[in-house]
Amino acid sequence: MIKIKNLHKNFGTLAVLKGIDLDISQGEVTVIMGPSGSGKSTLLRCINRLEEITSGTVIVDGQDIMDKNTNINMIRTEAGMVFQQFNLFPHKTTLENVTLGPLKVRKMSRPDAEKLGRQLLEKVGLADKANTYPDHLSGGQKQRVAIARSLALRPKAMLFDEPTSALDPELVGEVLEVMKQLGREGMTMVVVTHEMGFAREVADRVIFMDDGIIVEENTPEEIFSNPQNPRTQGFLRNIL
Amino acid sequence: MLLVGMKLTILITICGLVVGFALGALTGLLKISRNIVFRKLAGVYIESIRGTPIMVQVMFIYFGLPMALGMRIHPMVAGIVAIAVNSGAYIAEIVRGAFQSIDTGQTEAGRSIGLTHFQTMYYIIWPQALKRMIPPLGNQFIISLKDTSLLVVVGVGELTRTGQEIIAGNFRAFEVWLTVALMYLVMTLSLSQLLNYFEKKMDINK
Ligand SMILES: Nc1ncnc2c1ncn2[C@@H]1O[C@H](COP(=O)(O)OP(=O)(O)O)[C@@H](O)[C@H]1O
Ligand SMILES: [Mg+2]
Repeated sequence: MIKIKNLHKNFGTLAVLKGIDLDISQGEVTVIMGPSGSGKSTLLRCINRLEEITSGTVIVDGQDIMDKNTNINMIRTEAGMVFQQFNLFPHKTTLENVTLGPLKVRKMSRPDAEKLGRQLLEKVGLADKANTYPDHLSGGQKQRVAIARSLALRPKAMLFDEPTSALDPELVGEVLEVMKQLGREGMTMVVVTHEMGFAREVADRVIFMDDGIIVEENTPEEIFSNPQNPRTQGFLRNIL
Repeated sequence: MLLVGMKLTILITICGLVVGFALGALTGLLKISRNIVFRKLAGVYIESIRGTPIMVQVMFIYFGLPMALGMRIHPMVAGIVAIAVNSGAYIAEIVRGAFQSIDTGQTEAGRSIGLTHFQTMYYIIWPQALKRMIPPLGNQFIISLKDTSLLVVVGVGELTRTGQEIIAGNFRAFEVWLTVALMYLVMTLSLSQLLNYFEKKMDINK
């Protein structure tokens, strides 16, 4: 589904990703952990080309994202992105946030788009908020709308960049619930998060990144109970 | 008679600002475009207008340009062009500022659902930026309206000019200038009211 080979990313002279190799198969849930600044967000952003990669290859759903013949807007619809800061469109209602992609990118008819939009809002538990503007939603509700907005394009994979880090602790659960549900339904997911409970419950694999490289990867049970690398050990000790 | 002048003032202001807004929106967007040539061109225009008095600009357009081009310009046209070119530079800065004040997360969210660059601008950034532009645009509209009085120097029969002509006949400077002033005030106050209304209206759907 997503194949990354020897990916390097520099910002000017700063090397942020220093050779990442990663293969994510269909239906797999991958959790990425690692200290702040280790390049987790950059890695996700390279997958849907919000950042231009410096060298290496990234293949999403069989298409090389750097290939001139690849329509990058279509890749972005295949790999939906959920941001830490939600980034909902404040001038649009919840339903409009969700239907914009189907209407303008998928060229769906309005009734079809709205039907899909309402289904997805229902799925994330916000059917009653269709006509509400984002400013009137709680953080947890905003993030659930953002997930519905990405799902509206029927993506083959979902990328989550610390989706619960900006939330009050009591709102984290409702967002994780939606994500767990997605994972169970077989969605391919790459999730940057430090929520160990989530990783234990739904992740097939946990990747530990530090300083622009993948330091260690393993099943959640193994990596949490028996981390091999000293940097992983140190990190896990700190977040526990 | 003053009402005729007032009508002309309104006409010049509206035409000048419509063109000025188009010019300013375009220049403002060029100023933040990825193309350095466009950015520089926009910068030269904005700086040369902001760095020179509007009186000089009016004279240049009405007396200077026709000399160089070997053709005559109707004073009304010169007036509208002057207001448009002048307000355009200030509006460009307003547009640029409003666009830059929108969080980059909005663009990223738009792009990440597969919208093109243009669609993202049109559906996501522009509506939000427009809302932020209204108060400073209102200011600029009022300034431009008052600037039309400078067009007396090229002989456009707008409100100020009409005032002068009336005084030349009856010498009642106090009453006439007071009336002229009040008429400007009526126009600027109505304009602010109108903009207030738009601002409120846009706020309700948020
Ligand atoms: N647009 C950018 N320009 C310059 N440096 C950046 C940019 N984005 C990220 N960085 C740098 O790249 C490094 C990794 O950032 P990031 O991928 O956000 O890490 P993480 O998500 O793991 O905290 C940091 O040192 C950060 O300062
Ligand atoms: Mg990050």
